[in-house]
Amino acid sequence: MAPDVTTGALGGSLQRFLRWDVLVGVLLVFVFAGGLTGSPQFGNIDNLSFALGDLGEIALIALAMTLLVVAAEVDLSVASVLGLSSALVGNLWDAGWAIETIIPLVVVVGALCGLVNGLLVTRLGLPSLAVTIGTMALYRGLAYVVLGDRAVAGFPQQFTDLAVNDVPGTFIPYPVMLFVALAAVTGVVLHATGFGRSLFAIGAQVEAAHFAGIRVKRIKLILFVVASVVAAFAGVIYTFRYGSARADNGSGLEMAVIAAVLLGGVDFDGGKGTLGGVIAGVLLIGLLRNLLMLNDVSTEIQSIVTGLLLVISVITPRLVAAVRQRRRTPTLTTQPTPEG
Amino acid sequence: MTEPPGGDAPPVLALRGVSKAFGAVQALRDVSLELFAGEAHALAGENGAGKSTLVKTLTGVYRPDTGQLLLDGEPVEFHSPADAQNAGVAVIYQEPTMFPDLSVAENIFIGRQPRAALRRIDRGAMHGRAAELFKRLGVALDPEQPARGLSIADQQLVEIAKALSRDARVLIMDEPTAALSGAEVTRLFNVVKALREQGCAVLFISHRLDEIFELCQRVTTLRDGTWIASEPVAGMTHDDLIRRMVGRDLDALYPKLDTVPGEVALKVHRLTREGVFTDVSFEVRRGEIVALAGLVGAGRSEVARAIFGVDRWDAGSVEVNGRGLPAASPTAAMSAGLALVPEDRRQQGLVMEQSIERNIGLTGLKNLRRGPVISRAAERDRARDWAIRLQLKFNRLSDAVNVLSGGNQQKVVLGKWLSTRPGVLIIDEPTRGIDVGTKAEVHRLLSELAADGLAVLMISSDLPEVLGMADRVLVMQEGRLVAEIPRDAATEESVMAAATGRAS
Repeated sequence: MAPDVTTGALGGSLQRFLRWDVLVGVLLVFVFAGGLTGSPQFGNIDNLSFALGDLGEIALIALAMTLLVVAAEVDLSVASVLGLSSALVGNLWDAGWAIETIIPLVVVVGALCGLVNGLLVTRLGLPSLAVTIGTMALYRGLAYVVLGDRAVAGFPQQFTDLAVNDVPGTFIPYPVMLFVALAAVTGVVLHATGFGRSLFAIGAQVEAAHFAGIRVKRIKLILFVVASVVAAFAGVIYTFRYGSARADNGSGLEMAVIAAVLLGGVDFDGGKGTLGGVIAGVLLIGLLRNLLMLNDVSTEIQSIVTGLLLVISVITPRLVAAVRQRRRTPTLTTQPTPEG
Repeated sequence: MTEPPGGDAPPVLALRGVSKAFGAVQALRDVSLELFAGEAHALAGENGAGKSTLVKTLTGVYRPDTGQLLLDGEPVEFHSPADAQNAGVAVIYQEPTMFPDLSVAENIFIGRQPRAALRRIDRGAMHGRAAELFKRLGVALDPEQPARGLSIADQQLVEIAKALSRDARVLIMDEPTAALSGAEVTRLFNVVKALREQGCAVLFISHRLDEIFELCQRVTTLRDGTWIASEPVAGMTHDDLIRRMVGRDLDALYPKLDTVPGEVALKVHRLTREGVFTDVSFEVRRGEIVALAGLVGAGRSEVARAIFGVDRWDAGSVEVNGRGLPAASPTAAMSAGLALVPEDRRQQGLVMEQSIERNIGLTGLKNLRRGPVISRAAERDRARDWAIRLQLKFNRLSDAVNVLSGGNQQKVVLGKWLSTRPGVLIIDEPTRGIDVGTKAEVHRLLSELAADGLAVLMISSDLPEVLGMADRVLVMQEGRLVAEIPRDAATEESVMAAATGRAS
C-alpha cells in the first residue's frame, strides 16, 4: 500500500483553499474592487444591471455547457442555434405569427438541433468537437436561409421589456432572475443527484460508468438536447433584448461560454468541476467585458481578452499539476504502481 | 542447488545495504541482493513490500539514499534509466509499450536501426538480425509483421529480443505472467531458461508462487521494505515462502466451504456473439461457485460482458432466477440481481480519480436517494459498511481510489458490487495482480457468499485458484464451451487439456 504522504490535515485545507474555483472567486472580488476604484461609472447600479443583463445569454448557456463538459463532451454549435432561433423569431414575426406561438416552436427547433448533435455523437460515436464544428456552420447557414441578411425589428413592447427591465424593486433584469433560478436547479442536479454523479463518472471514466449500469448514451443525448433548447431560448431573449432579429446574432458567443466554463475550473477532459466555479467564471468574464467597454476598449481587444482568458484557464491547471508532480516526484503516491 | 551458479565470479549486479525513503515512508531498509550470471532469481513480497522500489533502484529510476550498487563487483552509480540500460540491465514490464504501426523488427531496433549507404535504414539487415534474436530465444515470430495485434505474450518476447540486442546481461521481469495464458507462460519460461543457459541473470517477480518454484533457483523475500531472506528455492515449501512474505502463518489460500447447490440462478442458453463466442450454454445454481477456465482469448470475459449487457449478443438467451434478460442493458441486468466485477479494475471497475465512497455509491444511485437528491450520509454509510466488512485499508472514505494498493482497489470494486445485494455475481479475474494476503481474503469472502446462497461465476486464468475455489469448472476454447469438469475430476492436467483442445 502506498501511504499518502503529501496531504496532512493542514495540507488538505491549504489545497482546498487553492482550488481553482475558489481562486476564480477571489479574482472576481479583486476585479470588482479594481473596477470600483478605477472607473467612476462601474459601481453605478444602472451599469451593473446592464452588465448583468448583457451576460444573460452567455450565463444561461454556460449552465448547460457545464453539464456537457463535465461529461467530457462539448457543444460548439450553441451560438449558431441561438442565431437560428433569432432568425426564426424574425421570420415568423414578419409573417404575422403571434409571439406566443413562435416561442414554443423555436424551442422545439432547438430540441431538434440538439437531437441531431446528440445522435451523431452517441449513435455514430463521433467526437463532439468535430460534430458540433460541423453543425455550428450548418445551423448558422440555416439561419441565413431563414432570414437572409435582413434585420427584423418592431417586436411588441411587452416582450422586449421583459428582456431588459429589472424585476420591480431590484436591479436584477428578468433574464438574470431566470439564470438564478436555473443555476440553482443545475447546481442541485450536478452536485446532489444521481444524474450529476453519473455525469462525473462518465466524464472521468466512461467505461467504468457503462459497467456500473449508467446509460451513458441516453444521458449524453439528453445533455445535447438541453444545451440546444437553452441556446434556442437564449436566442429569443437576445432578439428581444436588442429588439432586432438577425441571422448573425450571437456569432462567436460559444467562445465566451466555453471560456467561462473552463475559467470556472471545469476540466475540458471531463470529470471535474463545480457549478460555483462556473458562475464565478461567467461573472468574471462579464465584469471584464464591461470594464473594457466602459474604458472604450475596442471589440477586437475584448475578443483578445476573452481568448487569452480561455487559453490561460486551460494552461494554468496543467502547469500547476506539472509543477506539483515535479516537486513530488519521486514519491510512492505519484508513481504508477503495478504491484502496489 | 545450494550454491549460486557462477563459481567464484562476482555477482553481475548486486545491491549492498540499500535504503531508500520517500518523505516519512521508508520504502527500502538495508536491503541486499545478489544476481549471478546464469540464475533465475525470484523477488517475493506482498504489495507494498518494496519490490517496485527495488526494481527502480536497480534500473536507475531511483538512487539509493545509502548503500551501493555493484556491477561485476565494482561500485557503480546509475544516474538514469539510460545508464542502467548501457550497463546491460533491462526490464520487461507486464504490459510492454510498442509502436503499433512499426514492424516487430523496427520496434526492436528503434533508434538504433542498422544503416546502409546514405544513412538509409537497412531493412534486410534489420530483419535478419531480428530473426537471429528470435532464433536464439527459440520462438517463431515474424520480424516483418506489424506490432499491432501482437498478444501481450508476444510483445514481451519482442521486448526480450530488444534487451538482447542491447547485450543485456540482467533481465528484470516485473510480473510478466499476470496477463498470460498457461501455454504462453510455458513458452516464456522456456525462453527464460534459454537465456539463463546463455549466461543472463534473471530477476523474476510474480505473485504466483508456483511459478517461482518452477522457474527460479533462489528467492529473495522482502517484507515492509526490509530484507527477510535470500535462499535456494529447492527444499522450500509454499507455506515457507508465504510465511516469509507475510510474517505469520496464513489461513489456507483456498478456504472453500462445501455447499449444497440450490435452484438455478443464472441460465445461459445457446448464447452467441458472432466472431467472438458461439453456442454457449450453462447454468449456475445458488450457492455454487462455477469457474470459467480457458486460455486468454478463449472468449470467457466476452461471455461475461454479454451476459451482463455491456456487449450485445446475437443469439441465445440469458435468464436470471427464471426471468429473461434483455440484450445489451447493464441496467436491466443489475435490477435482475446480476453483478459483474470486471477484468480491468482501473478502466472498467473504478473511476480512479473519484473517492472510495463515490465509487461504492455508483451502483446504488437509486437507493441512495432521499427525494430527488443523493443523501451523502447514506452514501457514506454504504461505503463504510462495506469498507469494514471487507477490511479495506484506507485513511478517509473521501480519498481517491487511485492512492490505494491493487488489493484494496479490488476490495472497493467488490464493495461496489456486493452492496447491490446481487443474486448472481460474475467475477472476472478476482485476484489478478493482488498480494497473497488479500487473495486469501477474497477467496474466503467468495466462499462465504456462496455459502449464503450467492451464485458465483468466476473467470480465472490462475489454475490453482480455479481448482481451489470452484464446485464445477467450465472450460472454453476458441469461443466455445468444450468441457464441464466436476470439482473431484478437475486437475491442472484435465483443465489444461480441455483448454488447449488436447482432450478427446
